[in-house]
Amino acid sequence: MGAVVIQATGIHVRFGTFHVLRGIDLTVCKGEVVALLGANGSGKSTLIRALLGIVPMSGGTVSLPDAHQIGYVPQRVSAAGGLPATAQEVVAAGLLGKGRLRLPRGWRQQVHDALEQVGLADRCHAATNHLSGGQQQRVLIARALVRNPELLVLDEPVAGVDHQSQEQFAITMHTLVSQGRTVLVVLHELGSLAPLITRAVVLRHGQKVHDGEPPQAHPGHDTPGHVHLHTPQIDEFKPHLSGLIGLDHASEALTYHPKTEGGRSDV
Amino acid sequence: MYSELSYMFTDPLMQRALLAALMVGVTAPIIGTYLVQRRLSLLGDGIGHIALTGVALGWVIGSAMGLRPVDALTVPGAVVVAVIGSVLIEVVRRRGRTSGDLALALMFYGGVAGGLLIIQSAGGGSANLMQYLFGSISTVSPTDLWLTLALSSVILAVGLGLRTALFAVSHDEEFSIASGMPVWLLNMAVAIVSALTVTVAMRVVGLLLVSALMIVPVAVAQLLTHSFRRTMWLACGIGVVVCIAGLSITYWHNVSPGAMIVVLAIGVYLLAALIRPILHRRQAADVYTRDPHPDIPDDLCLPPMPVEPASAAETKECAT
Repeated sequence: MGAVVIQATGIHVRFGTFHVLRGIDLTVCKGEVVALLGANGSGKSTLIRALLGIVPMSGGTVSLPDAHQIGYVPQRVSAAGGLPATAQEVVAAGLLGKGRLRLPRGWRQQVHDALEQVGLADRCHAATNHLSGGQQQRVLIARALVRNPELLVLDEPVAGVDHQSQEQFAITMHTLVSQGRTVLVVLHELGSLAPLITRAVVLRHGQKVHDGEPPQAHPGHDTPGHVHLHTPQIDEFKPHLSGLIGLDHASEALTYHPKTEGGRSDV
Repeated sequence: MYSELSYMFTDPLMQRALLAALMVGVTAPIIGTYLVQRRLSLLGDGIGHIALTGVALGWVIGSAMGLRPVDALTVPGAVVVAVIGSVLIEVVRRRGRTSGDLALALMFYGGVAGGLLIIQSAGGGSANLMQYLFGSISTVSPTDLWLTLALSSVILAVGLGLRTALFAVSHDEEFSIASGMPVWLLNMAVAIVSALTVTVAMRVVGLLLVSALMIVPVAVAQLLTHSFRRTMWLACGIGVVVCIAGLSITYWHNVSPGAMIVVLAIGVYLLAALIRPILHRRQAADVYTRDPHPDIPDDLCLPPMPVEPASAAETKECAT
């Protein structure tokens, strides 16, 4: 295992009276692809935002590479701001950093190359608000890649993203990982990235509950396009859905796989 | 007509006013672009309110020192108070969201009320403040012009020299923090430069209408462009045209230059809103016949579409 890239010990974050992160230790070594898993509100995003200095920590220490070696992809469906901006302009912002407030020579080529890596080179001059949610997310990934980062930090990069963009994203990630880059990625489910993940860290209620092998997802959570339903009134739903093909019954959840019968579903 | 125009351009008072208007027309939309980008369109308005206290303080100090003319210190006073105010606004904005909103409102109204009280308690009337509230071309002295020139160069140096950095911070502050950019410093720079813009534009359009000159040209430009850079340049061009045209009209008609310029700018906005559909139709003439939806596969598996027409099935069902 390579050199230590991220070394965080005893991270605490408080928002007013809310104790959001309660003493988290995290070590990420060079070349690792670490998935940060957990339910909504378990503190995944807050942890990486605290690591990057976006959210102030109330305790703990963090050691990270220099900011110019970090590529951050925030959790956001929309890359559009208050005014129109082209994909080129948004990605070019990624070339700036500490002590570099103006664009370097040859920035156009660098921006073009980064957009090519996410399969959007032809949309260089398109306004970001004319792109789909998945394409906007890829623009944000290109903005991180244009920095040529040693460490990539991604916050739910495939949440709410169309299938084509998800596949493109998986291809991009394969390339980056094969180049030996370190990745810390917040995910809701492993999905198409599962083969790349070397380690998983699971958060629950602001505490680390697992650090090691990627855990098995709940049955049904690993197929794209699945629909699942958690409700206390689950028994009321069961009779109405009993004719549905591809339905898994569990005591606390119903999972429906529309693809199990060759894509056909007859209700 | 020609003689009238040449008379206007040879009038030193008018020359100074036109030069000031030119600088205001260039600088206000540049800074306005950043404010609109961060959804702080009304910040200029707030700074304008606060600057009124600075004007009053400058007037009081000037008259106490027996300076001639008595309003020699109003612009420096406005600069100092507006900069302090804008720094305070930025600090409040950083602290929090909900309480910050109220704190800003208190500062804005306090600025107007304070200015009025200060100038009245020093024996001046509200008439002394009118020219600052609505602009007046007769008040641009040679000293003012030099000050305007100096402040405009600072605004341009920051606004254009740091364009990509200010765009990055205005577009996505958290990404900029993660990138190691001096976000706090850049935010302060925008706040201070906004304050300078307000005081530069004060003489020409007046404090109550300063914000309109920062925002309306940007509002027009974003209707017509797709990129941040072009929005900024187009807004700049519109700002210069409406400032020069509006000011020239007040040379023949005795109306407030600020009001004239802002009405012209809003007229341009209406015009742009009207021609935009035509412009887009022409640009996208070939696209128009095509499907307007992006060609992106959804992740849905649908049953094949029913072959028989839906209406036939419906009538059959009704008959039974």
